[in-house]
Amino acid sequence: MFRYIIQRIIVSIPVLLGVLALTFALVRMIPGEPCTAMLGEKATPELCERFTREKGLDKPIPVQFGVYLGDVVKGNLGDSLRYKRPVTTLIIERLPATFELGITAIVLASIVGIAAGIISAVRRNSIIDVGTMMVANVGVSMPVFWLGLILAYVFALVLKGTPFQLPPSGRLSAGVVSVPFYEVFGWGLPENGFLNGLFSFFANFYIVNAFFTGQWKVVADGIQHLILPAVALATIPTAIIARMVRSSTIEVLSLDYVRTARAKGLPERTVVLLHAFRNALLPVVTIIGLQLGSVFSGAVLTETVFNLAGVGRILYDAITARDYPIIQGFTLVIAFGYVLANLLVDLSYAYLDPRIRLN
Amino acid sequence: MTTSSPTLEAVAVRPPEALWRKTVRTFFRQRSAVIGLSIVVLLALVAIFAPLIAPYDPTRVLIGVEDVKRRDPPCIHILGCDSEKPQHILGIDGNVRDVFSRLIYGTRISFTIGFITVAIALIVGSILGSIAGYIGGWTDNIIMRLLDVLLAFPSLILSIAIVSVLGPSLINAMLAIAIVSIPAYARVIRATVLSAKQEEYVHAARTLGLDSGRILFRHILPNAITPLIVQATLGIGAAILETAALSFLGLGAQPPTAEWGSMLSAERNQLFTAPHLVFFPGLAIMLNVLGFNLLGDGLRDALDPRLRNY
Repeated sequence: MFRYIIQRIIVSIPVLLGVLALTFALVRMIPGEPCTAMLGEKATPELCERFTREKGLDKPIPVQFGVYLGDVVKGNLGDSLRYKRPVTTLIIERLPATFELGITAIVLASIVGIAAGIISAVRRNSIIDVGTMMVANVGVSMPVFWLGLILAYVFALVLKGTPFQLPPSGRLSAGVVSVPFYEVFGWGLPENGFLNGLFSFFANFYIVNAFFTGQWKVVADGIQHLILPAVALATIPTAIIARMVRSSTIEVLSLDYVRTARAKGLPERTVVLLHAFRNALLPVVTIIGLQLGSVFSGAVLTETVFNLAGVGRILYDAITARDYPIIQGFTLVIAFGYVLANLLVDLSYAYLDPRIRLN
Repeated sequence: MTTSSPTLEAVAVRPPEALWRKTVRTFFRQRSAVIGLSIVVLLALVAIFAPLIAPYDPTRVLIGVEDVKRRDPPCIHILGCDSEKPQHILGIDGNVRDVFSRLIYGTRISFTIGFITVAIALIVGSILGSIAGYIGGWTDNIIMRLLDVLLAFPSLILSIAIVSVLGPSLINAMLAIAIVSIPAYARVIRATVLSAKQEEYVHAARTLGLDSGRILFRHILPNAITPLIVQATLGIGAAILETAALSFLGLGAQPPTAEWGSMLSAERNQLFTAPHLVFFPGLAIMLNVLGFNLLGDGLRDALDPRLRNY
């Protein structure tokens, strides 16, 4: 297993280098002078000259790439043109909102998808199966942003005044604040740059932060705000997971050992849940891992629709403002996260299925 | 031996069925595939005959032409709308244009996006995939590792990065999505080439002295047609969905183009006051993507019995 882990990590290194090269190249592909593209109307020849010198854009490309690599290793992703603050800080501030949304969506998708898939497989070709698969087909074809808007319309306007009313935007209602845990416990924000970042990072998980500090009203409010975006974001992964679970369960149920289990007279429930399910789950782990990509992509759309201050939303704002350092930095971080997630999926797959690591 | 067994004579010998007939039969036996095909054919007809179906020009502003206001809700005469008023079955948009006509013309754009994007990805992907598979060795390694880098990004995120660098436009959005989907096609082709390269008929062709190009195009690549058709059909659905998403983010089609994603994007702040302006374009996107997805799934099941999962 150890050897397999090392092997897989070594294989991902060139991919990560490629990702770095691509994000580096992207910004240099902007048509025209980088200075006028970045500074816009303010760009005067003098300002441009200073800008080019400061950013090291007058140096040869390999040198620039070396500087870029060094900066990335040090955690320096440049400053946002619009917010005039380090991109790294912005990411630390914004990631928790996206994680909260993304993790909720993936968990939701896995639970619903696996349950629906197994039921469909067991009751193959029944009305439940046909219905579930029809819903799954529609779900896969659904534009996330459209679904989000429809949900917002239904739950915020049509159901207004009923107990099912849900807020259509933001992470918390106006006036509701998730007091950071370090203030609740009277610790204050540490001076140390790293600890400072770490503390704000965890405090920005509003719901988790409020949960551990006993701010129950904030927890309830946060969850209410999370439901609609999480459902919208979970739709496509749910549909894909359900289809995958269905076909892999059907395949496993036709294997000899399942027949043996049935022949022994085990109850069908035991056969499906204890014998078949474990093996049927193997390909599903991969699919769930791949869905992380669609969740990152979907987060940009969902956060835009529901006005959530996450990574996706700031990326959207950066696009309109042509804030290239943010686009570059966020793309890089998301790609790194995606590669890492896929690495973890591969490793867990090898852990679950010895045939893989032994080959 | 039992060659004179009476039961054997009773068996009716059916002539072997032609492969394509069997494929067609399998395809049409699947309900979802037929639904998918119907949706795609219907929308294709709408796209072709758009000028005949659409009552208005999609970019024509109706101020001063008719008695309509901005964002008027749908008005259908047979459903009780005042017959004095002009009929607009899906309502009027924020720039006082007929939404139905815009949706109809949007079908053309949607199909164009799907086909062109997939065509670009397919051609580039096939070239890279066949070179990688046929030459092998370092060439293969370098090409595939480069494509792995593209796969390291969630597709929409990479398309966003590419379009924000190239500048927002429908063409650039299509280009970005094509680039992002190249690896999928390259992998399909490479896998086919790798396995076909070992076949005896390819060895035979090489022994006969045929040149590489001829072996590749005449003997190896035809094997890839089946998986490519499936991949391309599903790819059209995905391309339509992703381009709509880019347009929604303001990176794709620019006004006044009647593109579904940008129609939706333009009116999304009017969700609570004029929901029809958000509802119908999204429904159109979904229907179109659903059509291609069902068609693709059906084709896969019909063309490749190994993948059939029921």
